[in-house]
Amino acid sequence: MFKTAEHQSLRRHSKPITSSKHMRNYVLVMAVLVTLAVGFTVAVMSYNIPVACCDERWWLIAGMRRDSLLTIAVVALAHAVATVAFQTAVNNRILTPGIMGFGSLYTVIQTAAAYLFGVGGVVALVGVGPFLLQLLAMMVLATILYTWLLSGRFSNIHIMLLVGVVIGGVLGSLSNFMQRMLDPSTFDVLTARLFGNISNARAEYLPYAVPIVLLVTALLWWRANTLNVMALGKTAALNLGVSYKRELIIIMALVSVLVATATALVGPMMFLGFLSAILAYQFADTYSHRLLLPMAFLFGYTILAGSYFILRHVWDAGGAVTVIVELIGGLVFLIVLMRKGRL
Amino acid sequence: MSISLSEVQKDYSAGSRDSVQIGPVTTEIEAGGITALVGPNGAGKSTILTMIGRLLEIDHGQITVAGHDVVSTPSKAIAKILSVLRQENHFVTRLTVRQLVGFGRFPHSGGRLTLGDEKYISEAIDFLDLTDLENRYLDQLSGGQRQRAYVAMVLAQQTDYVLLDEPLNNLDMQHAVQMMQQLRRAADELGRTIVIVLHDINFAAHYSDRILAMKNGQVVKHGRPAEIMQDKVLSDIFNTEVQVIEGPNGPLAVYY
Repeated sequence: MFKTAEHQSLRRHSKPITSSKHMRNYVLVMAVLVTLAVGFTVAVMSYNIPVACCDERWWLIAGMRRDSLLTIAVVALAHAVATVAFQTAVNNRILTPGIMGFGSLYTVIQTAAAYLFGVGGVVALVGVGPFLLQLLAMMVLATILYTWLLSGRFSNIHIMLLVGVVIGGVLGSLSNFMQRMLDPSTFDVLTARLFGNISNARAEYLPYAVPIVLLVTALLWWRANTLNVMALGKTAALNLGVSYKRELIIIMALVSVLVATATALVGPMMFLGFLSAILAYQFADTYSHRLLLPMAFLFGYTILAGSYFILRHVWDAGGAVTVIVELIGGLVFLIVLMRKGRL
Repeated sequence: MSISLSEVQKDYSAGSRDSVQIGPVTTEIEAGGITALVGPNGAGKSTILTMIGRLLEIDHGQITVAGHDVVSTPSKAIAKILSVLRQENHFVTRLTVRQLVGFGRFPHSGGRLTLGDEKYISEAIDFLDLTDLENRYLDQLSGGQRQRAYVAMVLAQQTDYVLLDEPLNNLDMQHAVQMMQQLRRAADELGRTIVIVLHDINFAAHYSDRILAMKNGQVVKHGRPAEIMQDKVLSDIFNTEVQVIEGPNGPLAVYY
């Protein structure tokens, strides 16, 4: 019957999942990640609430924890999606958007406020207005950088990255210089702010950050097929009819919105995006961004929510979340890399 | 229907003292068969090829492929009539041969592969003898096999014009000959117009229908292999004493 022919054509396919074994692996990893993510969410929401259920105080605490989880989800989504898209666009899996100096700009804004206005300056940078201003400053920097460097006569990713690194370095030393002249108590307040910290985020930022991140993620999701092609490199993408320069600028602009939002929300996090992306590449083992992005997000969320739960609620050391993310994350990354033997 | 270049020019490091200029080149590459671009290093072969393939900006002049201006026609439309492959193709994604070839359908499918696309992909893979390797990952292949996979990708693109920049680089004798035979078949059986940059004049003479010889950014000779394969012509093009002798399968250039 026609069944054999159909079987034949089904067997020879070019889909992003190569075999049933590959499919099984992907589904399994996703299932484990979803379980972990839900588990940590429930754990954070329910662990050790000091008051009995359902009165006013309980709702207050539950609401605060919900906001923390929402912040974690937004940050994980922004970093994971931004890093995967960035690494695809620059065709390099070692660089992260952090290399473009977002963290340094955030640091310099915070430090300048502390330097010029003392502790009051740092405190004044809290609130919706300053949040949006910082967001805007970072987006403007990135957009100028990308459009200038990618559309001008340089038109070269490596020059763009180099300029990003140099700008990051300049801003870094500027912050360093100002920090040296702070008095110890101001410096202390500032330092707390400069570590990426979930508690930096205020609930009132979320109504702005959530839609921004969701919208930009949707835009990148919509471009997933173009991203797949851009991962083949510039000439292959041009050959296949992608307007490379235009797409590159669009992707870079979207990435910078994501990273700027996450940074303005909780402060710089160097490693989270890198880790989520690299783990997603390892475990999804596919080129398709529609499969990579959800997994990268789940890795990011699981790692961040997991370390937040353990540190904040079990060990009562909420400020150290990023430190642990980098420590554990780095180890996991090395182990995975050693076992697989390739990036 | 042909590729036509009029007053095409590219200036490298314009303004500086040691600026290099390719062109102006005015010529016409007929449709059908294989046209080989030959010439010494720095003659502008790859420059011309990549400008036709709209990978490199044209500083002056105009290039049309089958009547379409390569600069003003949307890239997406060009991708359906012309494909171009450069020599350096390294990327970070992990792809199987078949997935790579599948990307050749992108201009037509926009990333959503239909059964018809899969048929073209299978054909391209079979055509280049990659059937047994189609589910291998690219990093598990030898250089020659990988090169064939890239060529399969541009064949799956189903374009009338195929531009290849030194596809024989890094291939040993066996694989170089195989590659040229497969390209010959693509031209003869599939009716593709193939423009190819070659370093080995003997390969060019044996497998191509026309040879376009370049030197110092100019086209110096354009004709059938028999017109090019002459002592004086080749010696002039390559700045080397070249002697053409009659080999068992046609003329051979001897230069060492």
